[in-house]
Amino acid sequence: MDPNLGFPTTIRTKHKVRVISASIDHKLIKKRGTLVGTSNIVENVAFNLIKQAVIYLPEDVKQALRKACAEETSEAGKTQLKAILDNIDLAEKYQAPICQDTGTIIFYIKAGAKAKDLDKIEEALMKATKRATVEVPIRPNAVNPFTQKNSGDNTGRLIPWINWEIVPGEDIEMTVLPKGGGAENVCVMGMLVPGEGITGVKKFVVDAVMKAGAKPCPPNILGVGIGGGSDIAMKIAKKALLRPLNVPNPDPEMAKLEKEILEAVNMTGIGPMGLGGKTTVLSVNIDYAYRHPASYPAAVAFNCWASRRATARINADETVEYLIHKVE
Amino acid sequence: MAVYKFKTPMSEEEIRKLKVNDVLYVSGTMFTARDQAHKRALEYFKRGKTLPLNLEGLTVFHCGPIVKKKDDRWIIVAAGPTTSTRMEIFEDEFIKNFKVRVIIGKGGMGKRTTEAMAKYGAVYGAFTGGAAILAARAIKSVKSVEWLDLGMPEAMWILEVEEFGPLTVAIDSHGNNLFMEVQKNVEENKEIIYHKLGLSP
Repeated sequence: MDPNLGFPTTIRTKHKVRVISASIDHKLIKKRGTLVGTSNIVENVAFNLIKQAVIYLPEDVKQALRKACAEETSEAGKTQLKAILDNIDLAEKYQAPICQDTGTIIFYIKAGAKAKDLDKIEEALMKATKRATVEVPIRPNAVNPFTQKNSGDNTGRLIPWINWEIVPGEDIEMTVLPKGGGAENVCVMGMLVPGEGITGVKKFVVDAVMKAGAKPCPPNILGVGIGGGSDIAMKIAKKALLRPLNVPNPDPEMAKLEKEILEAVNMTGIGPMGLGGKTTVLSVNIDYAYRHPASYPAAVAFNCWASRRATARINADETVEYLIHKVE
Repeated sequence: MAVYKFKTPMSEEEIRKLKVNDVLYVSGTMFTARDQAHKRALEYFKRGKTLPLNLEGLTVFHCGPIVKKKDDRWIIVAAGPTTSTRMEIFEDEFIKNFKVRVIIGKGGMGKRTTEAMAKYGAVYGAFTGGAAILAARAIKSVKSVEWLDLGMPEAMWILEVEEFGPLTVAIDSHGNNLFMEVQKNVEENKEIIYHKLGLSP
């Protein structure tokens, strides 16, 4: 499948940046350093990222699903995995979102301390989200919790949610994580007993998977956050979902723990879509923060099999590189 | 495991052939119904009011599709299944009163539905959650839409489908429920897993 299908706008060179912006306004892009120009690039790149993410799964996720399909011994489970793989191909072919639930739009921004117009990024991401709602299209998924009214454009108070990180340099790296509702509904956070240590975490994760059952559209990816505090544990758990499935944890002890938990949760027998089998979870991605002596926070962030993410870097010279959905 | 291809209207006799783990593809008329459409249909029945469509032998799809209107035609953009357990409170009466034969959704259904399926002859076909394009491709046309006042997701979309599937028969008409079996299995495996991880229950 050609990953470039339908993305004449996905670009790597400065020359092609003009292609992506052709439908907007060439002149604006050329005004390097002006507020209008830079935020327009951010908007266009963010729009492309949302589009890429909801239509194309990252290669590492596809590989994991293919491997699971080849190895699954449950008939019902295999049928589900085959349907998942067929659906992935069809979404690419017909340029349509893999799943009708295109999620809550979450951004992770690594902003170079010397990058220009950082104060304009938020507005650009808002605009990109609204545009994607109409043009991709993605399902309107932002609802006011008091009036129950859907904004209709995937934006609202604090949504899309933006996670900021300031890094050295002049580049801006942007990642989008469209987070589906089914898997989000079974995410859990707990204040465990410090005396139980890692053993408590293992039980917490296994119990969460068994309780979730078919609900989060397994096979899932689990982000596990340990330590920090109640909010920090979930934040790092969710961020851990961004780690590619074929990249091992750099910490060998944590890599070992990930493997141990992965084997354990795949012994539950829940299987693809909860119909039985040995593929319940594709990957366990752990991250941690130091904890308070009296506290042992832990969090499990579930992602469905449609584990969607897309990343791009806007370099200081305004060239753009798409880092997950490679296009030539 | 056997593979079956059925066409609506389906008879009780046909449905009784299916066993859990079989794979089913359905063609013909399918209609979507979520919480609100189930509720309204049952209210109509109670009051002796005729439904917009005779549901006997048809397929129900637990789905709130994304639909767009092009000129005068409705087009299904994406149509993945929704969580079926929400319809558990309606489905036994629905099967009994309307003689629907195949119910499609995700996540499975409970005891009440399983018993109704055994009694009146219906099956639950699990469709892959998130496989919205696979579903949309099998939908050939929108025949009509009823009860649009309930909103796009909750309305009753009457669809012409061709080999809609694969559906894993997860509840058959003989009292078997694959999801409940898996759940039982998970409970049994819990002890083994705890032991392996050195945990106390």
